[in-house]
Amino acid sequence: MLAYITKRLLSLIPVLAVVTIAIFLIIHITPGNPAAAILGMEASEEEIQQLNQDLGLDRPILEQYTSWVANVFKGDLGDSIFMKQPVSEAIAEHITPTLSLAILAQVIAILLAIPFGIIAAYKRGSIADYTLMGISLLGMALPSFLLGLFLMLFVGVKLQWLPVAGYEPLSSGLWEHMKYLILPGISLGTIQAALITRMTRSSMLEVLNLNFIKTARSKGLHEMKVLFKHAFRSAFLPILTVIGQTFGTLVTGAVVVEAIFNIPGLGQLILNSIARRDFAVIQGVVLVVTLMYVTINLIIDLLYGAVDPRVRLDRK
Amino acid sequence: MATVQEKEYVAQVSKKLKKEQRALGYRRLKSNYGLLIGATIFVVLVILALIGPLFTNYGPYDMKVVDRLTPPGAEHWLGTDEFGRDLLTRLLYGARVSISVGLAVALLSSALGLVIGVYATYYKTLDHILMRICDGLIAIPGILLAIALMAALGASALNVIIALTIVFTPNIARVVRSAALVVREQTYIEAMHVQGASSTRIIWQHIVPNVLSPLLVQATFVFAEAIISEAALSFLGAGIPAPEASWGNILQASKLVIYKAWWMVVFPGATLVLSVLSLNLLGDGLRDLLDPRVKQKFRKR
Repeated sequence: MLAYITKRLLSLIPVLAVVTIAIFLIIHITPGNPAAAILGMEASEEEIQQLNQDLGLDRPILEQYTSWVANVFKGDLGDSIFMKQPVSEAIAEHITPTLSLAILAQVIAILLAIPFGIIAAYKRGSIADYTLMGISLLGMALPSFLLGLFLMLFVGVKLQWLPVAGYEPLSSGLWEHMKYLILPGISLGTIQAALITRMTRSSMLEVLNLNFIKTARSKGLHEMKVLFKHAFRSAFLPILTVIGQTFGTLVTGAVVVEAIFNIPGLGQLILNSIARRDFAVIQGVVLVVTLMYVTINLIIDLLYGAVDPRVRLDRK
Repeated sequence: MATVQEKEYVAQVSKKLKKEQRALGYRRLKSNYGLLIGATIFVVLVILALIGPLFTNYGPYDMKVVDRLTPPGAEHWLGTDEFGRDLLTRLLYGARVSISVGLAVALLSSALGLVIGVYATYYKTLDHILMRICDGLIAIPGILLAIALMAALGASALNVIIALTIVFTPNIARVVRSAALVVREQTYIEAMHVQGASSTRIIWQHIVPNVLSPLLVQATFVFAEAIISEAALSFLGAGIPAPEASWGNILQASKLVIYKAWWMVVFPGATLVLSVLSLNLLGDGLRDLLDPRVKQKFRKR
C-alpha cells in the first residue's frame, strides 16, 4: 500500500508541472504586450513600463516561471490589479458559494440517481427502464447552463416558487441559504445524476446475475433485502468511484452555473476578471480549482486502492 | 489448372458473397436506430443552417425597435429579440456559426490528436513527454481552461476554435493512443518491420487506418461537446462576441429578458439540445456499427 501511495504521489509531479506551466503561459499568449492589454488603450508608455516591471514581465521567462511557482507554494497567487487585493484573499471570499453549490448538486444527484439506477436494473427491459435511460440520455445532452435557464424560466418566472437568482450566505439561515441554491443545484446535479444512474444500472446488472443473489433469493429473502443488502452493497464500489471522480466536474460546473444565477462564487470572480484582463485572478482561480480537482481524484484513487487491492496490483 | 468454367464459378460465388455482405451491412445499418435517428436529425439541422437563411425575409442584424420582443406569430414565427431582430433568422445564422465552430474543433483536434496519438505509440520517449503533457492538460477542467484561454486571446470565433481545440486534443490523443497500442502489437506490424518498411509507411498505411473507427466515434462526441462549450462560452460572454448570432449568444441575451420573452430561452435551447442529442445518438450508433463486439457484449446481458 505504501508503494502504491508513493507511486501515485510521484505521478502527480509531472501533471502539476504541466498544469503550472500551462496556467503560467496563459498571460503570455495574449497578442501583443500583456501590460498594454491590461491597462487598455489610453495608457502611457511609462505606465506600461511600470506595470511590466511590477508584474516582472521584463525578466526572462524561465525566471518569471520559477518565481511564480515559488510564490504559489507559499500561497501567494499575486495581487489583483483591479481589486487591489491579494488573489488568495479574493478566492477565499468567493469559494464558499461554489463549494456549497457543488455539494448540494452532488447530494441531489445521489438522491435521484441511486434509486433510479436500481429500479432500471431491477426492471431491466421494462418501460420504466427505457424511460429512465431515455431521461438520462437527455440529461447528459442538456448542458447545465441551459437547464438552469429553463428552470429559471419555469420554476422561477412562471410558477414563482423559488427566487430566480441571487444568493444568501448560510449565516442568514439554512432555508434562506438553500432557497437560492436549489435551482442551481438541480441544474448542476442533473448531468451528474444521469451519469450515476447509468453507472448504478450497469453495476447492479452485473451483480444481479451472480450466484450469491440466486442463493439469497432461494433462501427466501425479501426482494428488498436482496436488492439493498446484498446486491447494492457489492455494486456500490464502482458507483462510489464515479461519484468521487465526477465531484471535480461539479466544482467546475458550479463555476458556470453560478454565472447564470448571479451567485458570487469563483465563477463570477473569473468572469468579471476577463473583461478587466485581471490575469492574476484568472490564473489563480484556474489553478485553485485544478488543484482541488486533482486532490479529489487523488483521494478517490487512494481510497479505492485501500478498499480494492486489485487496483494496487494492476498499476504495477 | 483451373478451367474457364471453374474460374467463372469462383467469380460468381465471390460476387454473391460480396452482395450478401453488403446486404448484411445494410441490415446492420437499418437496425441501428440510434445512428439513423441521430444522423437524420443532424443532417436536417445542417441543411437548415445551410439553406435556411436564404428563405427568411429578414437579415440577422435587421433591427426594428417597434417590434422588439414580439411573441411568436405569423409575422415572426419564433418571435423577435430585444432589438426587434427576427429570432428564427438569428437561430438559422447562429446554427451556421455553432455548427461550423463545432465541426472545426472536431476536425482540428482529431487531426492533431491522431498525429500525437500514433507517434506517441511509436516512439517511447516521445510517448512519455506527450502523454505527461496530455495528462496535465486533462487535469485542468476544460471549460475553465477555455475561459482562461479566451481571456488571453480575446473574444472571436477563431479564438473559440483555437481554445477548444487545445482543450479537446489531449482526449482524442489518448483514445487514439490506446487504440494504436493494440494495433502496434499485431504480428503484421512486426512483419512490416522485418521486411524493412519505414516507420512513416507503417504508421500511416498500417496503424492509422486501424485507429480511424475509434477516432471517428470520439470525434463525433467532441463535435457535440464543442457545440456545448461554444454555447457555454458565448453565454458567459467569453465566446463569440455580439452582434454575431450564435446559440450561446442568443441565450445570453435571453437571460436579461427572461421575464418577458420565454421564446428566446426555449427555441435556441431546444435547438442546442436537439443538435447535441442527435450527435450523441450518432456517436453511440457509430460505435455499435464500427465495433460489433461492444454490442454483442450488451446483448448477452
